[in-house]
Amino acid sequence: MDYTIIIALEMLRAIAWLVLLSSGLAIIFGMMRVINIAHGEFLMLGGYTVIMASKIGINIWFAMLVLAPLVVGVFGILVERLVIRWLYGRLLDSLLATWGLSLLMIGGVTMLFGNTVEGVSTPLGGFSVGIYQVSAYNLVMIFAAISILLSVWAVLRYTSVGLIARSVMQNPDMAQALGVNSTFVYMATFGVGSALTGLAGGLIAPVTGVVPSMGINLIGPAFITVITGGASVVTGTLSASGFLGSVDQLITFGFGPVYGGAALLIAALIILRILPQGITGRFFTKKL
Amino acid sequence: MSKISRRKFLKSAAATGVAASSLSLPYAAYADDHAILVGGLHDLSGAIDFAGIPMNQVMALAVDEINANGGVLGKEVKQVVYDPQSNMSLYSQYATQMALKDKVAVVQGGITSASRETIRPIFHRFKTLYFYNTLYEGGVCDRNEISLGTTPAQTVEKLVPHVMDLFGKKVYTIAADYNYGQITAAWVKRYVEQNGGEVVETEFFPLDVTQFGATISKIQAAAPDMVMSVLVGTGHLGFYRQWAASGMKSKIPMASTTFGAAGSEPIIMTPEEANGIITCYGYYPTIDSPANKAWLEKVKAKYPDNTPILSELSECTWEGMMIWADAVNEAGSLEREKVLEVLESGKTYNMPSGQVSIDPLTHHAIRDVYIADLQNRVFEIKEKFSQVQPIDTQQVCNLKETPNANVHYEISLDG
Repeated sequence: MDYTIIIALEMLRAIAWLVLLSSGLAIIFGMMRVINIAHGEFLMLGGYTVIMASKIGINIWFAMLVLAPLVVGVFGILVERLVIRWLYGRLLDSLLATWGLSLLMIGGVTMLFGNTVEGVSTPLGGFSVGIYQVSAYNLVMIFAAISILLSVWAVLRYTSVGLIARSVMQNPDMAQALGVNSTFVYMATFGVGSALTGLAGGLIAPVTGVVPSMGINLIGPAFITVITGGASVVTGTLSASGFLGSVDQLITFGFGPVYGGAALLIAALIILRILPQGITGRFFTKKL
Repeated sequence: MSKISRRKFLKSAAATGVAASSLSLPYAAYADDHAILVGGLHDLSGAIDFAGIPMNQVMALAVDEINANGGVLGKEVKQVVYDPQSNMSLYSQYATQMALKDKVAVVQGGITSASRETIRPIFHRFKTLYFYNTLYEGGVCDRNEISLGTTPAQTVEKLVPHVMDLFGKKVYTIAADYNYGQITAAWVKRYVEQNGGEVVETEFFPLDVTQFGATISKIQAAAPDMVMSVLVGTGHLGFYRQWAASGMKSKIPMASTTFGAAGSEPIIMTPEEANGIITCYGYYPTIDSPANKAWLEKVKAKYPDNTPILSELSECTWEGMMIWADAVNEAGSLEREKVLEVLESGKTYNMPSGQVSIDPLTHHAIRDVYIADLQNRVFEIKEKFSQVQPIDTQQVCNLKETPNANVHYEISLDG
């Protein structure tokens, strides 16, 4: 019984992990169609913000929840102004440019802070389920994933800001003709996507070690989730994370992490073979 | 513009060929008034520069020391440094350049096994003496290479009984899923069983795994007496953090064949996460010997601001330079054959790490190994073992019988 609860918790945690890794990318790639290969480095930047902030004595929660999204959001806006805005609609060019950006960020952070920086330990400690010990921070990640999805959904669904963003992504010229400043909306949307990525990077910093090259391990799952999810930001992220996270964890529990990782890839392959537009290309098509 | 006829071109090409072949005469034949070049090939940037930069710093220090003592064969020694950036094609390019263009007398370097297997055959082919100074999975059989780092049989053999005495007989192994991890995990199993214990489970992780929740639960379900970590790389650092976060660290103790091997993990991880991890290596900065203390002072004096984090990797690089210089001076020549004969003579060297000699049959180091308990970022040494043999490589390699061997055996413990 305890073991079942543990497996369920771990599955939720794995789903939350994928939601965190991919929700910023779902906006930047899913909505805006910009392939951001530097996504992993945006996460890394969020992680470094938390580490550097906590080093100078700033409260870790403030650093994770406020500073990390702020820093990476502002950085994202800069990147959009300097690089991305020239490359809208040029998928392959944006891929190349952001790959360069990713190398630049890894090199830059290594130069500034070095390769070996003291991390922060995971706050909150553990709690027990029967004979098992679980990190309480897992619950924070699950809660954060739910809040991120809920707020993105609420903004897109119920606010005029969300409506404008969606209309610009659908048809920038028409939106412009109706008096919307599309350029600004693009910039702001990219900034929000970056900020979400920064928030995620901050939240995962206490779970993984933070090093300049950490993004390499994170970008794969993020892209697989977004592509499997398809065009809808919230539903796509949620359905793909839910499906892939569960498959990964169940197989990992049953057969070990090598097979878990392989199963995740095979599951994504099968889905994309059957549903080339991702899950939300066929199901939940009217959802956000 | 002057025309170049085909005949003229052929002529000049032939002349160049003659010049080039005269350049490839043995080093000592033409370099009488030049400094002797030694090559350093370490990752100075990229994901493992935390290991490569200290190795390079220590090598520069060794070159200074050799020159201060009169150089080699009365000549000054100069370091040639390239940064292969953790990129295997650059490794092979620079290795070829060192062997053919710079004609270095010896090369120290290569960190990962992948980089070593990229450059080792190149130095073998061009007969450039090569020292590999990193702990690795064992099995290289090549008379041209001197391997100074420890192999699993040297460290795991000592670590396993030590921690089984401390913690108990049920061991759960978690290992990186590539040859180092697979081979080391097999040695762990062998020594645990030899000591009357049991490996309840061995789990392998691809290097990009960062999430260990399922494993942490599985370990708890298996309730071992201890966890043996053979995890590698930055992705796997998450394990120690998540292990501590779940509160398991105080419940099940841990030993590792990799944690802090290059010195950086104890800095990245906080003491709450890393205290109490037991490791076994050929060198720790905390070795309490006059030789080591004097060496630490030298390192500090040369690098007062950017003092490198010292580990077996960097200390073995020092050994590599010192042993090479000693062998050349004793041979009275830079000729590879003569230097190798001195290296194979079974001399014992006094090094910061203790007593080191080179096994003539495998060209691996016979060295002292230490067991240490990590407390507040300091490796507290618990036990010392003298003159431990690399018996894993000795099983597969005999350079007396096959002096031309040029292989890396995957040591299999099955059957």
